[in-house]
Amino acid sequence: MRRRIGIDVGGTNTDAVLLEEDAVVATVKTPTTPDVTTGITRALAGLVERAPAAREAQAVMIGTTHFTNAVVQRRDLGRVAAVRIGLPSGASLPPFVDWPEDLADLVRAEVVMLEGGHEFDGRPLVPFDARGMRAAARRIRETGIRSVAVAAVFSPLNATCEEEAAAILRDACPDVAVTCSHRLGRIGLLERENAALLNACLIELARKTTRAFTEALRGSGIAAPLYLTQNDGTVMLAEVAETYPVYSFASGPTNSMRGAAFLSKRDEALVIDVGGTTTDIGSLRHGFPREANSVVEIGGVRTLFRMPDLLSLGLGGGTLVRREPALTIGPASVGYRLTEQALVFGGDVLTVTDVAVAAGLIDLGDRSRVASLPGALVDAALTHIRAMIEEGVDRVSEVLNVPHQAVANAVGAAIAQVSGEVDQIFQDLTRDEAIARARQAAEDKAVAAGADRATINVVEVEDLPLAYLPGNSLRTRVRVVGEIARQP
Amino acid sequence: MRPVTAEEIESLAIGAWILGTGGGGSPYLALLNMRQLYKQGVVCRLMDASELADDDLVAVVSNMGAPLVGQERLTDPKTMALAVTMMEEYLGRKFRALMSLEIGGGNSIQPFMGAAMLDLPVIDGDCMGRAFPEAQMTSFAIHDLRMYPLTLADVRDNAVVVARAASWKWMERISRKACVEVGSIASTCKAPRTGKEIKECAILGSTTKAIGIGRAVQAARRAHRDPIDAVLDVTGGIKIFGGKIHDIARRTTEGFLRGTATIEGLDQFRGHAFKLAFQNEFAVGWLDGDPRVMTPDLICVLDTVAGDAIGTETLRYGQRVTVIALPAPPILLTPKGIEHVGPRAFGYDLDFRSVFA
Repeated sequence: MRRRIGIDVGGTNTDAVLLEEDAVVATVKTPTTPDVTTGITRALAGLVERAPAAREAQAVMIGTTHFTNAVVQRRDLGRVAAVRIGLPSGASLPPFVDWPEDLADLVRAEVVMLEGGHEFDGRPLVPFDARGMRAAARRIRETGIRSVAVAAVFSPLNATCEEEAAAILRDACPDVAVTCSHRLGRIGLLERENAALLNACLIELARKTTRAFTEALRGSGIAAPLYLTQNDGTVMLAEVAETYPVYSFASGPTNSMRGAAFLSKRDEALVIDVGGTTTDIGSLRHGFPREANSVVEIGGVRTLFRMPDLLSLGLGGGTLVRREPALTIGPASVGYRLTEQALVFGGDVLTVTDVAVAAGLIDLGDRSRVASLPGALVDAALTHIRAMIEEGVDRVSEVLNVPHQAVANAVGAAIAQVSGEVDQIFQDLTRDEAIARARQAAEDKAVAAGADRATINVVEVEDLPLAYLPGNSLRTRVRVVGEIARQP
Repeated sequence: MRPVTAEEIESLAIGAWILGTGGGGSPYLALLNMRQLYKQGVVCRLMDASELADDDLVAVVSNMGAPLVGQERLTDPKTMALAVTMMEEYLGRKFRALMSLEIGGGNSIQPFMGAAMLDLPVIDGDCMGRAFPEAQMTSFAIHDLRMYPLTLADVRDNAVVVARAASWKWMERISRKACVEVGSIASTCKAPRTGKEIKECAILGSTTKAIGIGRAVQAARRAHRDPIDAVLDVTGGIKIFGGKIHDIARRTTEGFLRGTATIEGLDQFRGHAFKLAFQNEFAVGWLDGDPRVMTPDLICVLDTVAGDAIGTETLRYGQRVTVIALPAPPILLTPKGIEHVGPRAFGYDLDFRSVFA
């Protein structure tokens, strides 16, 4: 029996589910605790109580916003030395250049810029300044910096400069954690470097947190390996998450979409996730959320993380409905204060929830408090809401309300797989050859991350011919996913 | 001559990206450079062409290469200054000011980067009034001005002077070759122009225009008004279509990003379909199969909500976009201008008809 536990640590609730094969057999909802782990321990205890077989689970997947929140709230961040390899290019835009000042002041311990890096075709830009790197490593050791981020020009195409720098650092200061940018991102030096810097400043917190998660798990009598979910709907082992906490950024919306896909048994669907403040609409392709191309900011820092491409409408349960001068809905919301401010909860603010209760669509709070709302107003508001959602979705053949939708995020975590991705420029190859090569490299990456090779599927192929580059340059991105290989 | 504020540079980046008509490269990295320079106390000056003496020399500059390479080898004001000083050395004469080759996209800000290093003013103007993919698509080419010499510099202290070229096409081929050799990114100083040539043949006032467009977008956002309406207000533009990107196909041929995007109508355009064709920049748009708007009228695709321009490289399925047309500079609308930058110059067998006619 294949048993998996999924846990979603949200801002309000910590949810846990047990899956046996493809069936949800137990669910738990508990309040999130400030230390996170207590909430997880409680959720697991609840799960074991409802289904003792949870102890025999073969894998536990946790989805958490802990690391994103640390950046957004500027807490528990470590100080970082930034090593940029690419001089003489890029000298005018050093590391941290477009960061919010408060965050940069908190994180920036040292900035080192060295000669090196590569061209788009793999030729060296200039020889790598290994001597300068050794001198920098000695300085880093002396100043007691614990974490270093290394970013070299075109490292996604040729990582040798970053790897050499990391080797020098490991040699000179073995206790220092090193984050190489080519492990994290795609083409776009500043955004990739930002990801490496964010990762480096989270690395100590990640170590502490993932170990606390593991202890919570062991304390619950569960021996299964622990995984953390990533923003692309796949997972990484807790040991990997210790080193790459940024991969967990924005896994929440992904888990919700993947959970909905699983619960509805549809691979091609639109998922509408209605929250208190927004309604997020995303598109599933092959059971995975379609990703956004655009730049994603985390705590004010530009990154190129893979995020679900969501259309966020200012329409949730707490969204304000105004009657004057004309009927308007949102985007303002009472948010988590719904239970104090909405009419049905004794407040004096007309919200979408009140409209739904008045229309008899849901039963919540004190229905008598909305009895006096004019029927025409309720109808007009519903028409307006319907129009808002209709603009976000099109050509929908069927609307499904899925079972266990309240714990869809935890389900999404439980079903996560392992992925591998390659984003590279190929020259003078046919499109098919370039994609075949990228696919092979992506499969190797997935297997290295713990996937069972026999189960690997290609979920995304994207190719973009590059204007102005010679020799039929083709930027090719291939992403594959596979089931977690059973432990030997 | 007047000082340019840091806020105006921010507005310029937004306005120039819109005038880029899908190409010209994102101004983001150039803008970051300007923010750094202004933090160090630099204040650039904008100069009206009327302040030029007829025999003054103006450096027409641009960054050349693949936008993608520019995302790794980040643009640097020193390289731009190097291309300009190299031209001065070659000519044995000093420049009075710098000017942008194209006001559309990142190249709108390049002269400011160079000017900051060289303490020279920037001329309020350019020679496209937008962005175009090829060297002969300029007001100077339309006026048959000389296309050489050209200097090209890379960040490693490699530099090339193209002393002569038989035609605009040859200039494009030779300089493109040199550019590829140094890694497909380089700073260039185009054929120097006299004050007289600038006054007679440049597209004047386009820097101020771009700043004004950007400022209108920012003001609309602050006031929670529609930024697209604000753009149309300040430019006299026309809303052509609004909807969702339904399909997108891209390919590169001869070093250009070519392709088409199909938009499915929403709101007032529901039930209609719009097709856009591009060669780096948007070239022609068809409404339900009939040509509706074409180059050199500016075809701009904006994010329906935020009002930000969307480039041909970043168009993607599902985006909510509004297509607008802005009037082209008059020189591009002359018979000679249409020859250089009209639909046939992009391979479309269409007679130019302006949406503003």
